[in-house]
Order: sequence, then structure tokens, then C-alpha cells
Amino acid sequence: MYLRRLTLTGFRSYEQLELDFEPGVTTLVGRNGQGKTNLVEAVGYLATLGSHRVATDHPLIRAGDEQAVVRAVVVRDGRDQSIEIEINPGRANRARLGRGAAVRPRDILGSLRTVLFAPEDLALVKGDPAGRRRFLDDLLVARQPRWAAARSDYDKILKQRNALLKNARTSRNDAALADSLPVWDTHLAATGANLTYARLRLLRDLAPYVGQAYDQVSDSVSGARIDYQTSLPGLAPVPSGDGAVPTVEEITAAMHAGFAEQRSREVERGITLVGPHRDDLELTLGELPAKGYASHGESWSFALALRLAGYQLLRADVATDPVLVLDDVFAELDVGRRTRLAALISDCEQVLITAAVRDDVPPDLAGRLYDVRRGAVTVPPPDPSASAATAPTTDEVESDPSDATPTRAIS
Amino acid sequence: MYEGVVQDLIDELGRLPGVGPKSAQRIAFHLLQADRADVQRLSEVLAVVKDKVRFCDLCFNVSEDTLCRICGDSRRSVSLICVVEEPKDIMAMERTREFRGRYHVLGGAISPIDGIGPDDLRITELMRRLGAEPIEEVIIATNPNLNGEATATYLSRLLSPLGMPVSRLASGLPVGGDLEYADEVTLGRAFEGRRLIGG
Ligand SMILES: Nc1ncnc2c1ncn2[C@@H]1O[C@H](COP(=O)(O)OP(=O)(O)OP(=O)(O)O)[C@@H](O)[C@H]1O
Ligand SMILES: [Mg+2]
Ligand SMILES: [Zn+2]
Repeated sequence: MYLRRLTLTGFRSYEQLELDFEPGVTTLVGRNGQGKTNLVEAVGYLATLGSHRVATDHPLIRAGDEQAVVRAVVVRDGRDQSIEIEINPGRANRARLGRGAAVRPRDILGSLRTVLFAPEDLALVKGDPAGRRRFLDDLLVARQPRWAAARSDYDKILKQRNALLKNARTSRNDAALADSLPVWDTHLAATGANLTYARLRLLRDLAPYVGQAYDQVSDSVSGARIDYQTSLPGLAPVPSGDGAVPTVEEITAAMHAGFAEQRSREVERGITLVGPHRDDLELTLGELPAKGYASHGESWSFALALRLAGYQLLRADVATDPVLVLDDVFAELDVGRRTRLAALISDCEQVLITAAVRDDVPPDLAGRLYDVRRGAVTVPPPDPSASAATAPTTDEVESDPSDATPTRAIS
Repeated sequence: MYEGVVQDLIDELGRLPGVGPKSAQRIAFHLLQADRADVQRLSEVLAVVKDKVRFCDLCFNVSEDTLCRICGDSRRSVSLICVVEEPKDIMAMERTREFRGRYHVLGGAISPIDGIGPDDLRITELMRRLGAEPIEEVIIATNPNLNGEATATYLSRLLSPLGMPVSRLASGLPVGGDLEYADEVTLGRAFEGRRLIGG
């Protein structure tokens, strides 16, 4: 699939923007703070209903505006589909597919699939487990959108169970807890087992691509591995790449066993200590864990390998290429890695790249160029050294020609 | 801010569920411009409703008497009891015309976050009825959302050891929703296809 048109209203620094894209590579070039990431963030929001930078929707709304609207036309198998989301912080978002009536936001998931790699992804390797869980769950949803509902059900049941544990701790009413807790155990175990099972199967399918992508990017035989680390007793860590995933029944039983085992600690702390919300994705490089051991460059390669593996997986099982977004990635890679990454993504249906410095992107990859400057996007004047820099734009052309040629940014 | 009594009206309306400040203002100005007789009728109904309407002694439906119209209807079966969250769910079930038994209104669903536990629902009253009335099947028609499902699980765990057949409306209802919003055909079908979950 590819993005044919993006329309932003009141999103981040954009009052109004309409921009056309084509298949292949598009590179957005502009100095720091000009709105490059804002633009690709909007694309990611439409695909995942979340930002890759912030946890709440408020910062996405242009200062002074009350809502933001992101619209896109996506082409899949030669057919146009328009998607629209209206972001209303503090109120329900509204969504629309095609010209039809409004749909639940959740129903647009799957209409645009993206894999977005950004500097923030370094946290996949160096940061907390929550980021790695989100990586897995986002990929689950991109594969099968119904997991969005399962994930949100799990979170709601978890909040209820935690509230019950907390209430019991403050009121010291053990009888009331014993009366109600089994109900929430049952529901949390059922939804939690399904989610865990889905993650384990995802991991089994994803793992081979991760090792491969890491080696390709770093031109080494590194032995990069991912393994699922579970909080459930009696579930052995599932070795990646090997087909044996426990059944939903086995995982359900393990969740109940975990509740029984942790009962007194759970009551003491007033939180649920067992379940997929406590699990982690373990990253290993050779014999050592990546977290705490891998070098800065190795960590970057690992984060990139996770995203590229996600891309390969989606490409293989959804039978259409997702849109690949690389935000500010090339500046962080050495020349060898840049060239190898460029070769790896050259056959992707559509790639959106952002860069503060045009020369950071290998010249034969850069594709169509757009200048981003103070929230306006224009086509730069033809550059004799680059041949493929022509694309129509519907946006107004910046009047100051001296600024239209990108210059090296001061970072 | 408007002057005195107009602002009071807007404030009072704004305290109603589902009425935000903007709607409150719109309703207030609508009332100010409406016919005196219309407003008079509204104010009379408001005054009377609090005195006249009470809850049915048996099922806790809204009622003008000690027993509601359904509990007082001798043609209805006394062997079937349908457990719902709110009186408005009775209205939804009645529209399907599938159910000829009686109801029991819990007054909500279990929700620890909102501080609502089983003790805050009319479950003791339900147990008392099961002992006193010749009930042969309990149909749980709590909402098809997480709290409704949790309440159904709680009730079935409570009733099954008594050997009481407990059934739950079939799936097919829009998940995450309210009974109130299900159309009659869907709700009727869910009722017909109810499945035994205990007893
Ligand atoms: N809600 C908002 N309303 C108005 N302006 C905003 C809003 N959110 C962010 N901005 C502005 O957008 C700019 C950042 O844009 P963006 O992150 O896209 O930069 P960038 O072009 O990717 O830069 P860099 O090269 O540094 O990554 C900042 O100047 C910020 O003030
Ligand atoms: Mg940026
Ligand atoms: Zn009654």
C-alpha cells in the first residue's frame, strides 16, 4: 500500500497542509524544528491511533486550536481508500472511512499500515519493558486489528482488579476480597491468556527476521535474538524461532497459578503482579543482554532490526507492503550502515524519510525531495547533482528562494 | 454568567446526566421562550414524580404502587426471573416481547474502580426471592460489557452451588454496549439463544 495524499488541519505546527505522495522514496528535508517529524507523526497516528512521541493527544493539537484532523488517501491493490480521524482531546475521537458514516476510531486500524522508526526507538533497547510490550502489541494490532479491542479489554479488567486489591488493602476487608477476587481472576486470566498466546506466536514468527535484519544492517554475524520473558510461573521462557507455543488453556492455568502464588504480595502492594502487563521482551546480542551491555551503535542497530523485522513480517503475512517511515535515522548511522540500510529498503513500496541534512541520506536513495520550512512543504529547485527531484505539490511555494535550497543544519 | 434565576436554571439543568454547559444554556433559553402552559406542565410532572414514583417491593423496577405493573400481572410466569442492571433495561427486554417472566433490578454492575462491590447491588434481595418464589431459571441480562460480564460471573458462581439453572443472553449483542441500545430483533435473538452457564 502507499499513501497518496495527506491532509492536516490543526495538527502540531500545521494549520493546514495538503501534500501528495507517490510510491517509492520521498525524503523530507528541513532544519531542526521545521515540522518534519510532525508530518510523519500524523501518518503514524492514522495507522496506530497513537503518537510515537507522546502518550496523550493534547500536544498533537496545534496551540490555540481545539481539535486536529488528519486525513489520508491510501492506495491498496490499485484502489483508493480515504481515512479520516478527528482528534478531540478529552472527548471521543471521531473517525471516517471513505465517504460513509462515522465509524469507531478502532475500525480504521488496518486501513493504513505503517512501520515507523524514530530516534525514540533507542528506548526499545535501553528503556523500560513498557516500550517493548508496546512494540509487540502494536505489531499484533497491525497484523490483526482485532487485538486492539483485546488489549484495551485487558487493561480495563486489570484496572478493576487493581482497584479491588487497593480497596481491600485500605478497608482490610478480607472477606469482601475473597468474595469478589475470583471474578476478576477469571476474566483477567481469560483475556490475559489470549494476549500472551498471541504475543508468543508473534514472537515465534518475528524472531527469525530480527536476527537476519541485524546482520544485514551491521554486516556481521551477531547472533541477535529476542525471547519472551513471562511473569507466569511454570511457563518456560519460549525459545525464539522454535515452534512450540503453549496453548491458551496452559497459559490460563499458569495465570491462575500465578495469582495463587502472589496473592499475599498482591494484597500487600495493591497491584496485580502476574500477567502480560508484567512481561518483557529480552534482547540478546551474542551471549550478552543488549540492555546494559550493547554499545550505542549496536543498540541503534538492534532497534532498527526490530522495526525492519516488523516490516518484513507484515509484508509476508498481510500481502501488502506497509508504509515505511524513517524519521531522522540516517544521521545516527555510520556510512556503511547507511548504505546497507538503503539497499535493504530499496524495494519497499513506499518509504518516507526525514532528514535535517540532505547529504545524510545516500543520494541514490533520496527519491523525491520536499523542503519543510516553518510548517510549509515545498519542492526544492532542481539541483544539478540530484536527478530525481521532481514532484508536484499542492502547497503554496515559499517566496524566499534563498532559503529553498537546504543547507546544513546546526544541530 | 447570567442574572440570578436564569443562571440558577442553567446550573440546575447542567447537573443532569448527559447535559453539558452548552446544552444547559440552550434548554434554559428554550424554556424561557416556550408557552407558559408547556412549562407549567413540566414543572407539575417534576413536582409529582418524586412523591408518586417509588421502587417495586419485589423487583425494584420503578413503580407507582408497592408492586410494579409486571410483578402485579398474574398472567406472567413466576418460575422465570430475568436479572438486569437498571429499570431501563426492563424497557429494552419488554420491547422484544420474548420474555414472559418477572425481573430483578440489581441497581448497577460490579465496578471496583467506582467503589461498587456485590454488597452495593440488590443481590441479597435476589437470594431472598430465590428462597421465597418458585423460581426455576435465572436469566442474567446484565450489559454485554466488562462490568456486566463480571457481574454475571459473580452471580453464576453464587447461584450454581444452589443447583439453580443460570443462563446468560447469547452473544451477538454488540460487545461493550448497553442493552438499552440493542435493537429488538438482536436482543430477542440473544434471549432465545441464551445459554446455560451454571446450575
Ligand atoms: N501542538 C503544537 N502547536 C504548535 N506548534 C507545535 C506543536 N507541537 C510542536 N510544535 C512545534 O513544532 C516544532 C517541531 O517540529 P518537528 O518535531 O516536526 O521538528 P523536526 O522538523 O522534526 O525537527 P528535528 O530535525 O529537530 O527533528 C517545534 O518548533 C514545536 O514548537
Ligand atoms: Mg524530527
Ligand atoms: Zn416489580
